[in-house]
Amino acid sequence: MSKHNSTTDRRHFLAAASALASATALGLPASAWAAKPKLEKDQLKLGFIKLTDCAPLVIAYEKRYFEDEGLFVTLEAQANWKVLLDRVIDGQLDGAHMLAGQPLGATLGIGTQADVVTAFSMDLNGNAITVSNEIWAKMKPHLAMKDGKPVHPIKADALKKVVDAMKKEGKPFKMGMVFPLSTHNYELRYWLASGGIHPGLYTAGDSNGNTSADALLSVTPPPQMPATMEAGTINGYCVGEPWNQQAVFKGIGVPVITDEQIWPNNPEKVFGVSKAWADKNPNTHVAVVKALIRACMWLDASMANRIEAAKILSKPNYVGANEAVIANSMTGTFEFEKGDKRPMPNFNIFFKNDATYPFYSDAIWYLTQMRRWGQIAQNKPDSWYLETAKKVYRPDIYKQAALALVADGKARESDFPLKTDGFRGVQGGFIDGISYDGKKPNAYLKQFKIGLK
Amino acid sequence: MEQAIPTVSVRQEAIADFMRRAAHAVLVPVVAMAIFLGLWSFSAARVQTSLGAVPGPEAVFQLARGLMQEHLAEREKEAAFYTRQEERNREKLAEDPKAEVRIVGWTGKPTYVDQIITSLETVFTGFLIATVFAVPIGILCGLSKTVQTALNPLIQIFRPVSPLAWLPIVTLIVSAVYVTSGEPMFEKAFLVSAITVTLCSLWPTLVNTAIGVSSVDRDLLNVSRALQLPTSIKVRKIVVPSALPYIFTGMRLSLSVGWMVLIAAEMLAQNPGLGKFVWDEFQNGSSDSLGRIMVAVLTIGFIGFLLDRLMMALQTLAARR
Repeated sequence: MSKHNSTTDRRHFLAAASALASATALGLPASAWAAKPKLEKDQLKLGFIKLTDCAPLVIAYEKRYFEDEGLFVTLEAQANWKVLLDRVIDGQLDGAHMLAGQPLGATLGIGTQADVVTAFSMDLNGNAITVSNEIWAKMKPHLAMKDGKPVHPIKADALKKVVDAMKKEGKPFKMGMVFPLSTHNYELRYWLASGGIHPGLYTAGDSNGNTSADALLSVTPPPQMPATMEAGTINGYCVGEPWNQQAVFKGIGVPVITDEQIWPNNPEKVFGVSKAWADKNPNTHVAVVKALIRACMWLDASMANRIEAAKILSKPNYVGANEAVIANSMTGTFEFEKGDKRPMPNFNIFFKNDATYPFYSDAIWYLTQMRRWGQIAQNKPDSWYLETAKKVYRPDIYKQAALALVADGKARESDFPLKTDGFRGVQGGFIDGISYDGKKPNAYLKQFKIGLK
Repeated sequence: MEQAIPTVSVRQEAIADFMRRAAHAVLVPVVAMAIFLGLWSFSAARVQTSLGAVPGPEAVFQLARGLMQEHLAEREKEAAFYTRQEERNREKLAEDPKAEVRIVGWTGKPTYVDQIITSLETVFTGFLIATVFAVPIGILCGLSKTVQTALNPLIQIFRPVSPLAWLPIVTLIVSAVYVTSGEPMFEKAFLVSAITVTLCSLWPTLVNTAIGVSSVDRDLLNVSRALQLPTSIKVRKIVVPSALPYIFTGMRLSLSVGWMVLIAAEMLAQNPGLGKFVWDEFQNGSSDSLGRIMVAVLTIGFIGFLLDRLMMALQTLAARR
């Protein structure tokens, strides 16, 4: 493995720059001449789950951003989040589209233990909570209406009345989410708890997280969510798109709230690799992150791009759902009840609002929720939260990629939050009114009525 | 009294008879097919699933064309990919004649046609492995009563096991034993599917070979004993040729069982063939999915039919020798 220091880089860059100048004069394509550190591995297999927010990977492939970096990538859809994580850990996949909680949970040993890192956040927002037609019919009488339509955002208080009524009849209330370490699990629990519904705790004897629960949460892979709800196994679910809009399309359920309404600008997916792989292939890692940043920039550049992205994602080997269903959530709107389409320009954010930067405060939020629900068994000091976040989130690699893109002329320095200390600052806008300060995780936990501290 | 001789010549009657038979052989299936298509078209529109109405024959035909077009489009993309690589390599060499260049394989998805080919490769691999094991063991069973009695309980117990039950065991064993680091020759999913096909299609060949061998004419066996022929010659020259029709019947049954098993095995093992195509379409849940699954069903049936014809042709060839 070649050793890199700034002098060699600078020399390479200057040599390449002069070659570039002469090459351009000769009319040869610039990309062939740009300074590129040698890649340790150029044939990669990357995994993804059939969700619209695998878009950065798909666009980086289809728009040839990977090829520009000298990477030959095969994208492979995985059956579920567990298989995806296992395959990254055992090396069958070089990296994958991951839930923001997976690298953290894996490093901590919740589930299979393995050191997984991430240098790139793929998107913000993008999920919603859907309930079956039956539950919606019971919820609707409790909702505030305006002009014949429910007032949004819908708080879980309306659902609590339905859950309590079902409890009196002895019927269990069940909801699905995609993985114990998923953003969906934490967002669903957050929303339920904010309405007074206890979503259950994880204990030493209960790895399903159903202790003291008013609502029983279970795991279902995203593409199977609508079918599982249709079959009556669950009363509702929290999942990414297109599986909420698919429920509307099939007429089997109604989305009640999007995660953007629960917490605006919440971090959703990351690009995860095993720490061993990252250490062995630093240049390749930077190249992948560069391509992904470009893809995210493209996705947020214009509505026309979003529409094109919906078309590409509807191909059967990517997400496969109908183009219209995918476009429903990616092009600035979101459909709740059938026919009730509301403007939701920030349903998916790929690049705006520093969506791609791996902030420590994002990691720490997930850690606080893991503690809140008992996946982290003991109370931890604030310093532990920051140390863990630093182990898993790698803004140093992100910065390398960002600066390389600036050097390539594909981005400007002002596009990236390069001067940040890794914290987004105090965040508000949560559905229960509580604000989040990443620097004070324990103080944050103390504010919640339901959950461990 | 002279009898009136019919004026129609014998030849004309033969032609008329042939025409009648041909019409019968061709018209009847055509009419039946037309009735089937009509019924399908009529009842499909009446059934509304959550993915839309069940597609009728015209829709399925359109989707089949769509799949062919996707295949051709993907081939074009592949050609463009190689052109770009060659261009890049040429530029690299122009800059530095000593630079190492290579062509990396196409990383795009397998098309419908690729998936059909993968399925065929997998079923033949599984079938060949099954034959290699089943025929010798069948011959042994047929020749020796002891071997027959010893193996019979095992055969009877393992024969009814469904591929879906074998699959998890095969997956675990292949994962443990087959190392896939670096550049493996076979994908795990391919091996798992092929081995599952072997385990299920082994039995018809084995049983039929045993029956065929045990029913070799006593006189022939007596002749071989009288001539004191070594076993290998006895097997090659007497037993096998005599039992060949049975062996081929067994192989024909094995191939058809194997083809059915393959689709189920591919769905679960995720081998990129027709089984995976059906599973993926089901998971995708787009409004085209149901139609595309029907295209796959018809393809699977048609290929199964062709495979059967192939085995029949081989059987006729072998019988003639």
